[in-house]
Amino acid sequence: MEKGSFQVEVIRKQFPAIHQQVYGKQLVYLDNAATTQKPQAVINRLTDYYTNENCNIHRGVHYLSQQATSAFEEARNTTAKFINAAHSHEVIFTKGTTESVNLVAASLGKLLMKMGDKVLITGMEHHSNLVPWQQLCKAHQGELLVARLTDSGETDLNHFAELLRQSPKIVAVTHISNALGSINPVREMISMAHQQNIPVLVDGAQSVAHMKIDVQELDCDFFVFSGHKIYAPMGVGVLYGKSEWLEQMPPWQFGGEMVDQVSFAETTFNQLPFKFEAGTPDVGAVLGLATALDFLSEFDIQTIAKHEQKLVENTINELKQIDGMRLIGTSAKRAGVVSFVVEGIHPYDIGTLVDKMGIALRTGHHCAQPVMTRYEVPGTVRASFAMYNTAEEVDHFVATLNKAINMLR
Amino acid sequence: MTIKEIQEEIISEFSAYDDWMDKYNYLIEMGRDVPQIDVQYKTNNHLITGCQSRVWLHADLKENKVFFTADSDAVITKGIVNLLIRVYSGHTPEEILEADIDFLDQIGLKEHLSPTRSNGLLSMVKQMKLYAQVFKLKMNN
Ligand SMILES: Cc1ncc(COP(=O)(O)O)c(C=O)c1O
Repeated sequence: MEKGSFQVEVIRKQFPAIHQQVYGKQLVYLDNAATTQKPQAVINRLTDYYTNENCNIHRGVHYLSQQATSAFEEARNTTAKFINAAHSHEVIFTKGTTESVNLVAASLGKLLMKMGDKVLITGMEHHSNLVPWQQLCKAHQGELLVARLTDSGETDLNHFAELLRQSPKIVAVTHISNALGSINPVREMISMAHQQNIPVLVDGAQSVAHMKIDVQELDCDFFVFSGHKIYAPMGVGVLYGKSEWLEQMPPWQFGGEMVDQVSFAETTFNQLPFKFEAGTPDVGAVLGLATALDFLSEFDIQTIAKHEQKLVENTINELKQIDGMRLIGTSAKRAGVVSFVVEGIHPYDIGTLVDKMGIALRTGHHCAQPVMTRYEVPGTVRASFAMYNTAEEVDHFVATLNKAINMLR
Repeated sequence: MTIKEIQEEIISEFSAYDDWMDKYNYLIEMGRDVPQIDVQYKTNNHLITGCQSRVWLHADLKENKVFFTADSDAVITKGIVNLLIRVYSGHTPEEILEADIDFLDQIGLKEHLSPTRSNGLLSMVKQMKLYAQVFKLKMNN
């Protein structure tokens, strides 16, 4: 299929929320790593669903229920195809990345972890891919192994290899750091772990919207992401798992839909993917996710990636001109986010002032406090990009930043 | 001046600024002039939680009046603390406890008031009142 050409001006028209004024100034939305805005198609999908199709799924024999059920299962196929999963039953719908990680930590943890066992992560994990593993290790009086970061914000692969020799039971790594922007060489890390038959979970929250994801090529055992960071509604996330693992793993939450037969004495569980989907899911959000993925699939994701990469490069080049600028995360392999501090100025002050001038960005620790500790900063200012951002917005952002810095110096 | 009069004074000062930038420049200046907390009090014990930037607050009682000192690593936050200090410092614990703080609303800094707002302005006010409360109890004993 011929992919639609990528013209940012055309794309912008499809995202109503970016066309607004805040404090009387045109909004420049650069907080996409926190959540992306939604294209009209996704908004319409939600409206349509609640206007015409709302129904509980997998239960009723009636028309609406069957329609909703088949749309829901179609969304699973769309998602599986988007990440190139081998089977659609390897796609489990969750609330988001955080829930996906918690599911795997609880369920795979139950399957694999014994007293004293270890889990290996990297020093750049979001709290959502850190705390569940830390708590799992604690519960088993084991140890959370953390691969060091280099000064430029990359995982120290030698240290990672060294820690692998301690035979952790599970490896969990982020694909792209939300605080540093660095891309982990996950393909390589996965194959290192696989040499010892250790399963690997990849946190794709920050990568899925910015690069082609092929879970079979990565050969990851689990891949997790949130819909809301890929132009889809909030409230839906994905857990991809290889069926070999998902089949063996015990259910995590119990209740409706995930059961097969129930008596007061005994319950047998439904098969994949349903055994991990207890209770009524956010059907509307799942359908919205499929619409978002369809929307993205109209373009060549490489073209989007290139466009965003250019914005990141422009930003870095312009920021480097600023006195006292310190980029946090200077890996050559990076995407999506640019994090920085300015000498003598607190990130919060910068965030407050640029906000008044219409620029939405994030300041703080970005739910990655150990990363802030590692680079000895109280927090950073973070600009993060999406397909609808423009080079003009980058220029405007940097000019605004300069104004703020002048006020603060 | 009473707490109420000081608030009115601040409101009229702010009404002279029609540009947000002037307002924030003023806050930044206020931040630079904050009555500095003694280094010995710049400890976790004096840290106000719920702020994105760190804020330390201390209070002394002199001749039955409360005097606050503070610091923060963010200058705008420091400016906001200093506004509060200007309103509260030099008053009796009783006066501080009874005072309504409504000037923030009227000078267009209301967004800093929301409880989820990361600078934790509400926590600052609460902490100041807590100091007053403690001094009041001590005085009554
Ligand atoms: C790398 C990373 N992992 C996990 C999460 C958590 O995602 P969610 O809050 O959607 O569960 C985020 C979101 O900020 C993230 O950036």
